[in-house]
Amino acid sequence: MAKNPVSLRGKHILGLEDFSREEIELVLETAKEMKSVIHRDIKKVPTLRGKSIVTLFYEPSTRTRSSFETAGKYLGADVVNITAGTSSIVKGESLRDTLLTVEAMGFDAIVMRHKEEGAAAYATKVVGHPVIVNAGDGAHAHPSQGLLNLFTLLQHKGHLEGLKVAILGDILHSRVARSDIWGMRRMGIEVHLAGPGTMLPRFLSKEPGIFVHERVEDAIKDADAINVLRIQMERQKAGLFPSRREYARIYGINRDRLSLAKKDVLILHPGPMNKGLEISPEVAYGDHSAIQEQVQNGVAVRMALLTLVLMGGKAQ
Amino acid sequence: MKYLIQGGRVIDPANHIDKTADILIEGKKIVAIDENLSADDAKVIPAKGKVVVPGLIDMHVHFREPGQEAKEDFVSGTHAAAAGGFTTVATMPNTRPVVDDAALVRSLQKRAEDEGVVHVKIIGALTKGQEGKELAEVGDMAQAGAVAFSDDGHYVQNAKVLLNGFDYLRSFDKIIISHDEETALVEEGSMNECHRSAMLGLKGRPTVAEDIAVMRDIMLAEYAGARLHIAHISSARAVELVRQAKKRGVRVTAEATPHHLTMTDECVDLMDSATKVNPPLRGHADIKAVLAGLKDGTIDAIVTDHSPHAEEEKDKEYRLAPSGFPGLETSVGVLLTDLYHTGKIELPLLISKMTAEPARIFDLTDAGTLSVGCPADITILDTEQEWTVDASRFYTRGTHSPFAGRTLKGRAVLTMVEGRIVMQDGKIVG
Repeated sequence: MAKNPVSLRGKHILGLEDFSREEIELVLETAKEMKSVIHRDIKKVPTLRGKSIVTLFYEPSTRTRSSFETAGKYLGADVVNITAGTSSIVKGESLRDTLLTVEAMGFDAIVMRHKEEGAAAYATKVVGHPVIVNAGDGAHAHPSQGLLNLFTLLQHKGHLEGLKVAILGDILHSRVARSDIWGMRRMGIEVHLAGPGTMLPRFLSKEPGIFVHERVEDAIKDADAINVLRIQMERQKAGLFPSRREYARIYGINRDRLSLAKKDVLILHPGPMNKGLEISPEVAYGDHSAIQEQVQNGVAVRMALLTLVLMGGKAQ
Repeated sequence: MKYLIQGGRVIDPANHIDKTADILIEGKKIVAIDENLSADDAKVIPAKGKVVVPGLIDMHVHFREPGQEAKEDFVSGTHAAAAGGFTTVATMPNTRPVVDDAALVRSLQKRAEDEGVVHVKIIGALTKGQEGKELAEVGDMAQAGAVAFSDDGHYVQNAKVLLNGFDYLRSFDKIIISHDEETALVEEGSMNECHRSAMLGLKGRPTVAEDIAVMRDIMLAEYAGARLHIAHISSARAVELVRQAKKRGVRVTAEATPHHLTMTDECVDLMDSATKVNPPLRGHADIKAVLAGLKDGTIDAIVTDHSPHAEEEKDKEYRLAPSGFPGLETSVGVLLTDLYHTGKIELPLLISKMTAEPARIFDLTDAGTLSVGCPADITILDTEQEWTVDASRFYTRGTHSPFAGRTLKGRAVLTMVEGRIVMQDGKIVG
């Protein structure tokens, strides 16, 4: 394969809308090499030795935070975790001041999760040296999740162009859906969205290659993959759907509905799952599921991202 | 002191004047307006190539006094007004505390008199604490000099409360100014609901929230036979609702802002909260409809909704930043650049929306005109001067203008209030 001429060195990772096709390809190629590191007996490479990374999480997270932390540690970087509940954030420190404090400690990358859309973009205005890696900002973007979904698809299908992917559930509040949309469209994937009308943003279908359905069955017909989004319980209280029972029955993904998709359909879920609500256990743990594999791919993709933004190069 | 403003293009929509003329000012008043005036003892203000208009009026500003002086006060606010060419402004009552009794109205009038360099009219709250529950002492406030009543910033959710307001204020002949966005539909929303909000993941404030609020308020005003003024109208359908209501003879008027006339939701950038405002910046069809409404008389006046915030308040994540931005110092430049120089609106019509029309709506008998005998509130515009908006040079304490960095063509170069020059070449004087 010809060497990819693009470089991500020093690039803030805010959302996949800022990524060219070549840049996404570079991440996916690098992630493939990184995945082999995870499979080694000794999982430590010196690529980022001497680099320091802080994870700054204003929202609870298990897999994303530990995934970035693991990725950094496998690469030999020093990783420090700051979470909102145990820091000056509870004393009312502004995001600007927390970022400046963290920058003053000399970190090379700030991996941040925040409940407000645009928090990571705002951070790039505040800090000078560190690279900002958005690990989720409100309903806006979750670029590393979008990339790991692409990586998982690529590993299974061998190509991305021309695939048909359904994304189901709470599109309105989902940063994963938005990062999927940008990333998948950039790679030539046809995106079909479905969910209750209360959870579908208006005006989305204006984009070419994006199709919005109100019936799940229409979205998953002949799909190569289905990304099932997590339904948050507070959405029911907000009146966006009447009951768990009804959601599971009309919008949940189960074995019957799965038969509408392609025979080799791949099931993705960003986790954590509500089994029996958006996804039935037999699908979550069934042959089509790549949900556990996504977690491992997440580490590989984040290793790739950290290497590319901090070093520009590849693993050793 | 005598001044002779010489050789300018004088536009006075109240008197249907648009001609080259001189204006003679003696003391606080305009004493003559004619071609080739002379007065040996008068100081001459050359105005050849410039446009001389009645002092501009902005009936929708937030000066934040009392309670939030870090955002603005009567000094910084009136300086910003003078710098922008305005000689009369009306302040909204959403201060801390809310301006909801006559004592506060009187004390603010006194503050304005002592500290302000332009005329300041006070708008009182419609309901106590602007809570939308019971009427404030609007009769008292009206007699103390409040020019209108508004819960601006909030939609009066209880229809009966608003109807009471209309019925009660009818005998005082004062208008109610409505901020029309149905609360339940805009809660947590930070921008227009549109394709861009869908892609950014920001919660939307849909146009339908404005439309149904405007519709309800028009119907209540019509039912009560009372006067309603729609603040900062921004949606195409709301403009149409006002147009139809006016045809039926409803006593409704409306205002629009420079930003709702020129900027769209495509300007929204998560990195900069400057574009965050309520109602939000809308789509192309909406700004087209607002301009059409302005031209056909559906929309009576232009206001800035000048809403300054302190730097540290606005310097936040988009959704957490407060809504609004300063507008007094950019209004003329933006309107001339984007509407006049592009040929979208004629100068006399534009000027009337900032002088004669707001004076008519708010019953200001001594403002918005160059009539002989009236106070010499006069603004001189240089429609050709190019300048770049630099928020650090504003007189207002507000920062984060969405127009920052833009090069504009046209600005006010002189502001005179009651025969006294208060601004010259962008600088506050005297």
